[in-house]
Amino acid sequence: MAEYTEVRWHGRAQQGVVTAAKLLGEAALREGKYVQAFPEFGPERMGAPVRAYDRLSDEPIRLHCQVKNPNIVLIVDPTLIGTLRADDSASGLTDGTSPDAVFIVNTTHSAGAMRRELGLGKEAKVFTVDASKISMETIGRHMPNTPMLGALAKVTSIVKLDSLIDNFKENYSKKFSPRVIEGNVEAMKRGFEGVKGE
Amino acid sequence: MATPLTDKKKQVVLTGNSAVAYAMKQIDPDVCAAYPITPSTAIMEEFSSYYADGKVSTELVTVESEHSAMSACVGAAAAGARVMTATSSQGLALMWEVLYIASGMRLPVVMAVVNRALSAPINIHCDHSDSMGARDSGWIQIYSETVQEAYDNLFQAVRIAEDHRVLTPAMVCLDGFITSHAIENLTLIEDGDVKDFVGEFEPKQSLLDTGHPITMGAMTLPEYYIDFKYEQSKAIRGAKEVVIEVGREFGERFGREYGLMECYRLDDADVAIVVLSSAAGTTKVAVDRLRDQGKKVGLLRPRLYRPFPHEEIASALMGVKAVCVLDRADSMSGFGGPLFTDVRSALYGRDSAPKVIGRIFGLGGRDYKVEDAEAVFDELYNVLETGEAGKLTGYITI
Repeated sequence: MAEYTEVRWHGRAQQGVVTAAKLLGEAALREGKYVQAFPEFGPERMGAPVRAYDRLSDEPIRLHCQVKNPNIVLIVDPTLIGTLRADDSASGLTDGTSPDAVFIVNTTHSAGAMRRELGLGKEAKVFTVDASKISMETIGRHMPNTPMLGALAKVTSIVKLDSLIDNFKENYSKKFSPRVIEGNVEAMKRGFEGVKGE
Repeated sequence: MATPLTDKKKQVVLTGNSAVAYAMKQIDPDVCAAYPITPSTAIMEEFSSYYADGKVSTELVTVESEHSAMSACVGAAAAGARVMTATSSQGLALMWEVLYIASGMRLPVVMAVVNRALSAPINIHCDHSDSMGARDSGWIQIYSETVQEAYDNLFQAVRIAEDHRVLTPAMVCLDGFITSHAIENLTLIEDGDVKDFVGEFEPKQSLLDTGHPITMGAMTLPEYYIDFKYEQSKAIRGAKEVVIEVGREFGERFGREYGLMECYRLDDADVAIVVLSSAAGTTKVAVDRLRDQGKKVGLLRPRLYRPFPHEEIASALMGVKAVCVLDRADSMSGFGGPLFTDVRSALYGRDSAPKVIGRIFGLGGRDYKVEDAEAVFDELYNVLETGEAGKLTGYITI
């Protein structure tokens, strides 16, 4: 039976959540992994809660169902916490997670505070990074997805920072200006360095 | 946009839509007429970029509706061009009358259909209501499980449709969002190898062949109409052999062989699920889990649905004792989905044929999980134990 690592991204439309899932998939491919990355589409309007998923494995992936039991949850927009109903399919932040799941939250608050707000037990691994501030300082606008990827590379072994950076430089140089590329690479590095946990 | 070949397995990751657009770029058809619709929009968006960047020599015709898109495809194909397009859902529904004209005029148009539910209620997510509605339109239909398969199937569809023994349009179906918007690993084929494989389209007849003037799409009265249809019926039936030939040649060249269907752990199976497209992948995971528990379960995934390979499918299922056919579309006949009635009909009259039940699942993008497949296998074991098919048709995932 194939072993999977499943990742769930929570954010709001226009924060680069879908792109983040794609970037993670592309970077994991460079490390020889089999990957799936897919968004969950609903009503498409700016600011609406959005989810995206990654499924990573050393074996070919045959599952084509949604990710229900993620090992890793990234909360790109902290305003989602506490404002959403648990049964809202576009939002439930802790749904289906095991007690020892990894949570990475874009926030200025401490990991302890996030553990309390999310109602997580002692086994959960909770990390925080101020991805919004990093993105404002490196990219010049609110695009917290790439600092979150850097943080993910630091606190888990599913992807290396170099793979994320190399993929971004190689595959997006045509699409984005050098300034945007450099800004995002810096954002990934600062997310990697700035993530705190408990 | 393709990711460069950088990793050790020479693989890339692309969404289903990007892979189809990339395949279309590599095929470089003479004419492409299209009108975008979710979830196939990205195919034409990316193909338009290739066109704008001068990467293809295609004549791109941007039209005002899908009816016009297919009409332009018909005109171009009648003029002897290699023609491709893409659509989904309501778009395919709007092409309706022209689908029959393309097939009746024996024009080998190739179309990617990104499967999506039909209104009402309005829904953008995956089911097979759109292409199942067109199952009797005289088009070849090939269903794809993965991004890799959607990519590979497009090249094969060109060869199959244009074969002079076939000359019939073909749809390559992939699941909306599940496949169209998911990035997955795949191996791309070099441009030159694609060109060698698909070759040049040589129309048997063409309106622009002024040395041999012909009339196409003429009116026929009772003296001729049924004879045209007889010939068309013979051609699409014969397409089955061409699908096998082309799939074998594709396998020899590129290492991924495709047949009429995929049988997964079916040889010694007592019970089996029959299902199309991406849901087959999830079902395989359930099959492996239950096999680990010593249960003899299997899967049959038809790849070619039109023409329906009834003999091959029936033969493959004859060793099985109970079968559930899962349809991602309801034919609203009160008697299950279209794949169910086709499979059951193919088995009818054979001695000791398996019991066959049908279940509708996953309409409008409702998730189909490993547990759903396991529940179906449980139900099939119940059929085995009681010897009764019980409820012949019904819904799951509700």
